[in-house]
Amino acid sequence: MTPRVGVITFPGSLDDKDAARAVQLAGGESVSLWHADADLHSVDAVVLPGGFSYGDYLRCGAIAKFAPVMEKLVDAANGGLPILGICNGFQVLTESYLLPGALTRNDHLHFICRDQKLRIENNSSAWTSNFEVGQEILIPLKNGEGGYVADENTLDELEGEGRVIARYLEINPNGSRRDIAGITNARGNVVGIMPHPEHAVEKLTGPTTDGLGFFTSLLSSLVKTGKVSA
Amino acid sequence: MNVDKVSDAAASPQLRQPFIELGLRENEYEAIREILGRRPTSSELAMYSVMWSEHCSYKSSKVHLRQFGSKVPKNDSMLVGIGENAGVVDIGQGWAVTFKVESHNHPSYVEPYQGAATGIGGIVRDIISMGARPVAVMDPLRFGDPEHPDTRRVLTGIVSGIGGYGNCLGLPNIGGEIVFDPSYQGNPLVNALCVGTMKHKDIHLAKATGIGNAVILYGARTGGDGIGGVSVLASETFDADGPAKRPSVQVGDPFMEKLLIECTLEVLHAGLVEGIQDLGGAGISCATSELASNGEGGMHVWLDRVLLRDSTLSPEEILMSESQERMCAVVEPAKIDAFMAVCEKWDVEAVVIGEVNNSGRLTVEWHGEEIVNVPPRSVAHDGPVYERPYARPDWMDARQTSGPENLVRPKSASEVKQTWLTMTGTPNLASKSWVTSQYDRYVMGNTVLSQPEDSGMIRVDEVTGLGVAVSTDCNARFVALDPYKGAQLALAESYRNVAVTGAKPLAVTNCLNFGSPEDPAVMWQFEQAVTGLADACLEMGTPVTGGNVSFYNQTGEVAIHPTPVIGVLGVIENVERRTPMAWGLDGEFVYVLGTTRDELAGSEWAHAIHAHLGGRPPILDLQSEMALADILVAGSAQELFSAAHDVSEGGIAQTLAEMAMRSGVGVRLAVPAGLDSFTFLWSESATRAIVVVKQNRNDEFLALCESKEFPVTRIGAVDSLSKSIELAGVFGETISLDITELRAISEETLPRLFG
Repeated sequence: MTPRVGVITFPGSLDDKDAARAVQLAGGESVSLWHADADLHSVDAVVLPGGFSYGDYLRCGAIAKFAPVMEKLVDAANGGLPILGICNGFQVLTESYLLPGALTRNDHLHFICRDQKLRIENNSSAWTSNFEVGQEILIPLKNGEGGYVADENTLDELEGEGRVIARYLEINPNGSRRDIAGITNARGNVVGIMPHPEHAVEKLTGPTTDGLGFFTSLLSSLVKTGKVSA
Repeated sequence: MNVDKVSDAAASPQLRQPFIELGLRENEYEAIREILGRRPTSSELAMYSVMWSEHCSYKSSKVHLRQFGSKVPKNDSMLVGIGENAGVVDIGQGWAVTFKVESHNHPSYVEPYQGAATGIGGIVRDIISMGARPVAVMDPLRFGDPEHPDTRRVLTGIVSGIGGYGNCLGLPNIGGEIVFDPSYQGNPLVNALCVGTMKHKDIHLAKATGIGNAVILYGARTGGDGIGGVSVLASETFDADGPAKRPSVQVGDPFMEKLLIECTLEVLHAGLVEGIQDLGGAGISCATSELASNGEGGMHVWLDRVLLRDSTLSPEEILMSESQERMCAVVEPAKIDAFMAVCEKWDVEAVVIGEVNNSGRLTVEWHGEEIVNVPPRSVAHDGPVYERPYARPDWMDARQTSGPENLVRPKSASEVKQTWLTMTGTPNLASKSWVTSQYDRYVMGNTVLSQPEDSGMIRVDEVTGLGVAVSTDCNARFVALDPYKGAQLALAESYRNVAVTGAKPLAVTNCLNFGSPEDPAVMWQFEQAVTGLADACLEMGTPVTGGNVSFYNQTGEVAIHPTPVIGVLGVIENVERRTPMAWGLDGEFVYVLGTTRDELAGSEWAHAIHAHLGGRPPILDLQSEMALADILVAGSAQELFSAAHDVSEGGIAQTLAEMAMRSGVGVRLAVPAGLDSFTFLWSESATRAIVVVKQNRNDEFLALCESKEFPVTRIGAVDSLSKSIELAGVFGETISLDITELRAISEETLPRLFG
């Protein structure tokens, strides 16, 4: 059975179709989820895509947290459902307390769109298992509020538990503490990442196809955990 | 509130009305009285004043723009021509594309962030009102002297506005231009282009058909922003004190626009709409009068039903407001509920404000009182038309005879090298990545090429790979030297930029930015440019599908360089075979296509090194330009090229530098026989490109050039072990430019000036 991966569209989501395309290219079936949905339509995993949910008014991700679908999502996350938050999706995950810390205005105060080099730090999460630790990848980054911050204890804890999944290499593009580009929860099923793996899935339109690894990792993890058959 | 009713107008024929303050001339006011047989009510006056503004009525340009309609090349691709919100072109496989460029110059000088932001918002609504999904934007921009302190205010605000709005809207920004020239100091240009795609069956037009159908206003609420934007702001010259009309600038909400896109496409695809119109300049006045005029000819509007942000707005203000993110749809009564349900899904407010009828009149009531009763055509289409006087100004002789012949040129190999390094860092030639990295080029996942490539290229069909390429260009210095030729050179450059990527040029849009039409010299530039463009479009077989005229781009007596920005759209059957600009593999041969003459008038070298503008622009042969495009497109289709790049501003020196910086590897070249190194490097002769041909394909390539009788010269080969451009034959020596150094120079300029 093909794994079914939900992609949530909030009003103002922009990269939802890109996320769906990435899921399909990796071999999954993408399922559109709507912010007002009352349930998750029995999907095997969920992607929270990039964009400006609810215009990012008030604070990035702050309003999306209250969308009806989020209530079910938080429960599912705590039950182990694999969830990937990309950019605005990462912001929604921190606002929803599924991941610690917060994303703040880039230190240089400009929106930035660039091809960003990352180093994979953790390959035990549901979304990074097909990478090697230490592997360098190049995927697009595009954000205005991507500076990852958390208090020193949290940062120490994330590093101590190996929960930093990727760090910025060469340039820290937004002032993130300790060059952190992405993190996971303790269980390894919820991952937030600021750069955009879904924009690096085809040679034609992306700088590389390195982003595909996040989505193939998910499919491998689902097989490994027996959620879907190989 | 005291409202001026139609019955009041009949009863008080001699009442003094503030038509001058609203931007109308005496003769225009008299014409309105004649049409109505009485004085207009204040609401009618408000409507006429905005709709008869230069911006909306094209009253000074119409007599010349007719050439785009009369000199139409035979082209089977046109599905919808000039006159609609945007032209529509058939690109095959059942797909159609609509694209258009518009100006938002004056608002962007007054309030750079919001001016530039709402410029994008407006052009995007034009595209969705044709039934198309917007898939990309581009921004041709012109700024004053980069060292002038006000340029920083203007540029940083405009770039933030474009990014802030476009990024939040989810449209990739795939190209455009950034040009600096002191002539834009008191009047920067902010043009915005949008491309949309649709299936043929989804094309929609702006007309109110079907008696009894409802007119629904949906989107953002109407507020007090942008009142008189088109009449008072866009259609007058800034006085010498500079801009002070901030309340006339609209304020944008990109989140609402994103919802409006999705909501509009959903109601259109569900078949719920008979006619649709966006609200831009002139707001409700424009939408209701144009819809009625294009349809059954009559409409009744209950203006007090309009949802307001500010309950104290008067009916005149509501009619004139240019609040953003609003649309108007004509819907059959039986489909109103379904329409409203879609709006509710997207959290978009909507209200029925009117009804289509066959009265032949546009009538507006306000709490039961009739405040407007006019023939809609007289508002929307039958505005004044002026045959403005135009004359070639005397100073053109002096300008054309003071050529660049006596400007000091580099006299040694080391001077050539130094000139090359200097030119790489001029604000006009330097890397624009400091700006473009503030725009999202990846969203939607179909961007195949974006800046700094020659064109932006978007994949339209993910299965077949069908795509479109779009470029905008205008070297306004050429237009200043000869507006007829200059406009044709702008078209030729844009056409070439599309062809260089492997796409076949298909159609043209334009944004004609000029000074005051009341100045006969400016009007002459305009007439010449339009004629040149129309003649060239006819010869090249690329019809003008629509566009925009922006007059009054001047402060006091100082007009901008005439700047007809030309956008060309091309089609490519499979984007996989596009030709990029970074050169390819080791040993591949590098060729110049075209003829290099000693043509430096209007060049970036004359401008940047000598602040000189004089002489005559380069020779242009349109047939030759078409032959070059044929070679570039055929070569792409046969996959002969590993790279190609247009030669324009900055000459071959700049083209080579850009290809090297893009690829990161070196090249070994020699100045061809018969040319001196300076002319070879910095002449801006038209109709040239540099191509890199794949190994073992050289014979086919040369045969292709031969078949078109097109001149081609091999100048060297890619050297992937080297990290520099080596050029032999420079005053008997070989010069070497380190690519890392070139990059550093190129990338340093904009952050230094504006970062």
